[in-house]
Amino acid sequence: MRTDLLTAPVDGLDEALAAVDAFDDALVAGLLRPRTSDGAGPEALAVAVAGTPLAARVAEAAGKAAAGAAGEDHFVALAAARTALLGSVHDALLIRVEQATGRSGAEGEPAAPGERQAANLLTAARAWLSDLARCGWQGLDHDVVSGAAEVVSAMLPDPALRRLATLLDGFAAELAASCPGTAMERVPVRRWADLWSRGMMLTVPGAAGAPPTGTATGRLLPLGVDLREHATAAQAQVHAVFEPADGSAPRLVRAGVSAPKPDTVVGAGIWQLLRPHMSLLAAAGEGRSMDLTDMPVTDEGDLLWSDGHARPGEPADPFATARVALPTATGPATAPLDRHPARIAVPVFLEGYSAGTEDDGTVTFTVSGTALTVDTDLIPVAGPLTPRAVATSSACIGLLRWDAGTFGIQPLAVETTVRRKVVAVHAGAWAGGTEDKVGVKGEKAATDTVKVLGERAGRLLRK
Amino acid sequence: MSNWERSSTARVVPPARPRKLAKVPFVELADGRLQGVVSSGSDIGRVYVSSVAAGSYAFACSTNNNRPCGGARGSFCNHIAALVDQAVLQYGPERVARYLKIDLPDGEPDASGLRQAMALTRPAPDDAKAAAAVFSRFLRHLAYLELAPVTTPLPEMQFFPPTRAAA
Repeated sequence: MRTDLLTAPVDGLDEALAAVDAFDDALVAGLLRPRTSDGAGPEALAVAVAGTPLAARVAEAAGKAAAGAAGEDHFVALAAARTALLGSVHDALLIRVEQATGRSGAEGEPAAPGERQAANLLTAARAWLSDLARCGWQGLDHDVVSGAAEVVSAMLPDPALRRLATLLDGFAAELAASCPGTAMERVPVRRWADLWSRGMMLTVPGAAGAPPTGTATGRLLPLGVDLREHATAAQAQVHAVFEPADGSAPRLVRAGVSAPKPDTVVGAGIWQLLRPHMSLLAAAGEGRSMDLTDMPVTDEGDLLWSDGHARPGEPADPFATARVALPTATGPATAPLDRHPARIAVPVFLEGYSAGTEDDGTVTFTVSGTALTVDTDLIPVAGPLTPRAVATSSACIGLLRWDAGTFGIQPLAVETTVRRKVVAVHAGAWAGGTEDKVGVKGEKAATDTVKVLGERAGRLLRK
Repeated sequence: MSNWERSSTARVVPPARPRKLAKVPFVELADGRLQGVVSSGSDIGRVYVSSVAAGSYAFACSTNNNRPCGGARGSFCNHIAALVDQAVLQYGPERVARYLKIDLPDGEPDASGLRQAMALTRPAPDDAKAAAAVFSRFLRHLAYLELAPVTTPLPEMQFFPPTRAAA
């Protein structure tokens, strides 16, 4: 991998992010009151998209926002401008990733989303997000934050609304924990603007939902499991190389399962919520391939998993997959709305680096003179992989990510030497179950939690 | 501005710590209160809805059928004590103290220290009548168990990384 390319400046990146930051900073104080015209805030977004089809709508929205008179449609236009700018940042970064990894992405644009969702709930969500924009992060109080609860509860049961519901649920929990806004010592300025604009975009009917555009038949070779969670949701996503049975070029694909959860189900206990719904988790945990028959797949490389289209295959060592199959696989396309730097998660294989630990505990891999930061905080506690194993590793399967101005590695698995023998340690090793003491304890705790809540629900919920 | 403020995946809320739910099935820091649901020690079908307000420590405890708890007349009852103890287990003493605006006693803060610090201010009963709202939040929480997992893509979860940091 040409790691030197990952630390070189990207043309236009700073300018695009400066416009994003200007808008994000305006959301700290909120857009309720008129602003002095200083070219910052919403105006910076309008200037940045002046040469695009969004120009007129965003200019109008920025003008209204500067006057403290923005309506919901204006907020949507501003969110769209911000999303477009970060989309361009995403594209520039991805080109850099392709140059560094030598892997090309898919040609063309993915199919447009098709499903339409219940418009009244989307309208309610948009109203809440508009309230947030008006009061600003510093103006947060329990009244404005609690407005999300009813909308989220109504949306969660509908799988077609799950994306927006899960986003708003996690967002509202962060806002609630940070109330009142006046007492906040620091504000996650970019993050909350990201969540806000993404939420706004998803309130546009038809924005969410990637339709399957084909089917996959062939061999699936798992590389690793990426676990994501907020207090009341969890997702396990398997990154894999798919080798089509028709002999066409291998592709990078993903398959995920996600579930809402009570906030008291944590750690290793999360696997048991997800495990029953995707046989691939057990296969990935055991180091096995799977044989797919007619599994629906989107242009974005997402398998719409259903156990009926898959059966367990031969054992397949992810490190062999990473060494042999990964370099030949092509990457997927990204849907226009999903173009955001946080979405970049490109499977990479690294070896021949020197792993080091800096004074502040940051682990780095130095590859041909360039140090790449390893985000060890992304290693879930629900697995045997530890920052220590990563810091003493000699080979790594990871996801190349970008955040806060720099590329970094999220380790999914490493090879490390224990008593003079090379052993592989996988973050997702417990996905299919484990006999590890810590893992068993975590699963037992989650089983008990679900049992108690289930018993309480049985007595109290339908009375 | 720091990297944290310009990070899309900055960690804002640490995950809850595991605890046993048998006695106190539900605890949350929300609506300006520490609030939750405590199982009755004697009647398996009864629960108490308990709360302590941030800042004033105004307290309330009643059954889910709105009968006042006999123990919570002049001061914290055993249900409220259990609620504070379990909140400290779930969120850690610092986060509970910060949310309730308790000036931490010197040394290592613990649940009994927090309870004592609040009791010393002689808090009054809460007239806010939040029990119904708290109970409905508990029912909403229980409903999460019944929501079906999905295998359709959820790209929004890319914004919610795990963290090894404890609460």
